[in-house]
Amino acid sequence: MRALLFRDLALAVKAGGGFGLSLAFFLIVVVLVPFGVGPDTGVLREVATGVLWVGALLACLLSLDRIFQLDYEDGSLDLLVTSPLPLEGLVAVKALAHWLTTGLPLTLVAPILGVLLNLDPSGFGWIVASLALGTPALSMIGTFGAALTVGLKRGGLLLSLLVLPLYVPTLIFGAETVRRAVDGFDNTTPLLMLSGITLGTLAILPFAAAAAIRINLR
Amino acid sequence: MPMSIWEYANPKKFMQTSSAVLPWVAGLTVICLVVGLVWGFFFTPDDFRQGSTVKIIYVHVPSAMMAINVWVMMLVTSLIWIIRRHHVSVLAAKAAAPIGATMTVIALFTGAIWGQPMWGTWWEWDPRLTSFLILFLFYLGYIALWSAIENSDTAADLTSILCLVGSVFAVLSRYAAQFWNQGLHQGATLSLDKEENISDVFYYPLLFCLAGFVLLFVTLLLIRTRTEIRSRRLKALRLRERMA
Repeated sequence: MRALLFRDLALAVKAGGGFGLSLAFFLIVVVLVPFGVGPDTGVLREVATGVLWVGALLACLLSLDRIFQLDYEDGSLDLLVTSPLPLEGLVAVKALAHWLTTGLPLTLVAPILGVLLNLDPSGFGWIVASLALGTPALSMIGTFGAALTVGLKRGGLLLSLLVLPLYVPTLIFGAETVRRAVDGFDNTTPLLMLSGITLGTLAILPFAAAAAIRINLR
Repeated sequence: MPMSIWEYANPKKFMQTSSAVLPWVAGLTVICLVVGLVWGFFFTPDDFRQGSTVKIIYVHVPSAMMAINVWVMMLVTSLIWIIRRHHVSVLAAKAAAPIGATMTVIALFTGAIWGQPMWGTWWEWDPRLTSFLILFLFYLGYIALWSAIENSDTAADLTSILCLVGSVFAVLSRYAAQFWNQGLHQGATLSLDKEENISDVFYYPLLFCLAGFVLLFVTLLLIRTRTEIRSRRLKALRLRERMA
């Protein structure tokens, strides 16, 4: 399993995978927003949390179809499925690799982009915390979506349509965690809910994703 | 007469029974809808605060109820397919999805028309409205996945899994939306455990409308499932012809 993880990481970083691409996409989304809503710092401060979360979510979405598609096309997915490793664990490792190459970097650059959006000073710690807690759920849900669409020729658009509604609860609680902190309210509840969603998806979705892959490779 | 649902896993049996039942269900649908809507629209008093706009309730509430219940029905039929490979069951789920999506749109539209004079806005990010919009997205995803996969058994399996996972997330979204924004929407109009619902003048025609919408759904579902079975037969026939 560790070998698989390192292989996926190496592929993502070296072979021009989604690694730099999703970060660049995140940057562009954040840069475009002020052009859309105007340069008023007050307005930007209002929407900063939401823009960062939605931007991170879309950047996450961008690299999802790479999780299984290349392995499926060159046949290595068949090898992985027939290997003695449990498929559920394999799916979880794939999600972990996706998170390490997408979710984690996004989390780390979010406060820097927060400066561009004039994010409230009290929000910087919370945006990192909420993204760190929430992006694993985004990766896992995305892996499930990728598993559903792995056999399809043009799965990319369909993947977005399937995955985005599933992202709603994570987005709501993630952004709410930061927003409440910025507004000076207690944010324990959304924080706990966000953690709960992440842990729940990590516990359940590997099984659903593994089942989907088995069906697709039948 | 056998009453087990497994009897109807045989498409032929299903076709026979459904063709016998269909005219009756369709007839009842027309009666209930005509009685309910005519009674509701023309023979009930205007509400003293809402005026005649209150009459949208006869379309809004039944369609909203069906929007949710159709998804629940799809969940159940998908489960039956996953557990026991009931072929007609999964086709029924496939047939139900567009009806459910339409019901959701009707509920959202009538809600907007009602909301404009009452709340002064067509749309409000109220938890109920928001979760209906999300439910609509779930329907779209489900329908899109069905149409994207060619092999029908693979499609049936994958959409069933999506339906199960989607149900969990749909419920989660509902509560997340409730947490996220307190809304303008009133509480439940009808509930089983309350002593008093809305007043009787409105209640009885509403019951007819509810029954009418349920029957309408059953009618459409039977027709659509029959169409699905026929189109599968046609596909099989074409394949056989090509082989010969």
